[in-house]
Amino acid sequence: MLANYFPILVFICIAIAIPVALIMAGYILAKRKPSPAKLSSYECGYDAFEDARMRFDVRYYLVAILFILFDLETAFLFPWAVSLHTIGWFGFISMMVFLAFLTIGFIYEWRKGALEWK
Amino acid sequence: MWEKELINLVWIVVKIIIILIPILLAVAYLTYVERRVIGYMQCRIGPNRVGFMGLLQPIADAMKLLFKEIIIPAPSNRYLFIIAPILSFAPAIFVWSVIPFSQGLVLANINAGLLFVLAATSLGVYGVLVAGWASNSKYAFFGGMRAAAQIVSYEIAMGFALVGVLLAAGSMNLTTIVEHQTGGLWHWYWLPLFPLFIVYWIAGVAETNRAPFDMAEGESEIVAGFHVEYSAIAFAVFFLAEYANMILIASLATLMFLGGWLSPFQGIPVLGPALAFVPGLIWFIAKVGFFLLLYLWIRATFPRYRYDQVMRLGWKILIPVTLVWIVVVAFMVKLNLPPWFAG
Repeated sequence: MLANYFPILVFICIAIAIPVALIMAGYILAKRKPSPAKLSSYECGYDAFEDARMRFDVRYYLVAILFILFDLETAFLFPWAVSLHTIGWFGFISMMVFLAFLTIGFIYEWRKGALEWK
Repeated sequence: MWEKELINLVWIVVKIIIILIPILLAVAYLTYVERRVIGYMQCRIGPNRVGFMGLLQPIADAMKLLFKEIIIPAPSNRYLFIIAPILSFAPAIFVWSVIPFSQGLVLANINAGLLFVLAATSLGVYGVLVAGWASNSKYAFFGGMRAAAQIVSYEIAMGFALVGVLLAAGSMNLTTIVEHQTGGLWHWYWLPLFPLFIVYWIAGVAETNRAPFDMAEGESEIVAGFHVEYSAIAFAVFFLAEYANMILIASLATLMFLGGWLSPFQGIPVLGPALAFVPGLIWFIAKVGFFLLLYLWIRATFPRYRYDQVMRLGWKILIPVTLVWIVVVAFMVKLNLPPWFAG
């Protein structure tokens, strides 16, 4: 069982090694001549007038929270979907009730304007 | 004892290389095909100078990028800046370990294949986010934030579409999912799961940050988005990751909705037996090629969405559609609707 996953582990190592090797090759092969202007961050040719680590819109944060909620639903739906044949109508109805609650939450968040980008 | 393990390991590495080389070649030549196809769609010719019909163009590009200077901006976080392209590239490549190219032609035939795919493709967002943050440039920062919000939003719709496939097939193993679609064109899941198929495809285009959802790059507003500060080979690694992801999404759409390596003419009187000699791999490649062409076609056809429209489409259209259709599919499966779910 676990032996099935060993090739994946090897593949992950190789998948990490390829970009590392490419970037190292780039470092070795390419000529490097840094200058202050070259190393400044890009802002259409002007000097950057403030740090980029600034405040950002709170809605990105809200999207992240909503994502966690809905992604958990997905994680919950996965095992249910696979075992639908064995859990019978009771399991089926339970998930329908759960989805109904989820939909109520979704409608609430929609009505509250959490999904608006203005 | 350990010699046996070593031989096993070497054998695995050989198999991985056999999978990797065609994929990396496909990635390189997809960039070429994209430029040619979009060129012809826009009444241009596209690259045709390097080699016969420009066929050596991707190699020339790779060489050029390899010998260019790698610039790490002074205000950036050096280590994160270098790690970001690796974080972006690795998940796009190692997902291929569970993709079956034909009957039995798969490196690791694991039970939780689809779950692994979902988990691994979710990791791609870190590369974008880390790149946007580590660059310490405003364009990169905005690009990274936008891309992250967009990718996670569409991932929900995508996950729900996958739930529909799981319901239909009753298994997370990708080979089993394909085997359940045996019986020709009308038995593939694109028909009973049609809304989910469309949602999956749209979400797939959005996940890979391709036009018309290329908010992460949005060259008319934020120059090049999250990779604005990247140059040379570090940029190329991002580029390769994007194209590898495109091929991956196309392959997954093929496996889950278009019957993977199965012939479309199964069960049709004359054509079915006449074309039965075509190996499954050819059908698989043909279907993946169709989806890749669709990617390019969409890019050449549609203008870019505005950001609020992207979020509206994801949250207010795709998610409700999938929620409804999951319930419909669940009923179809429970009632053993023929021909797809009988028995």
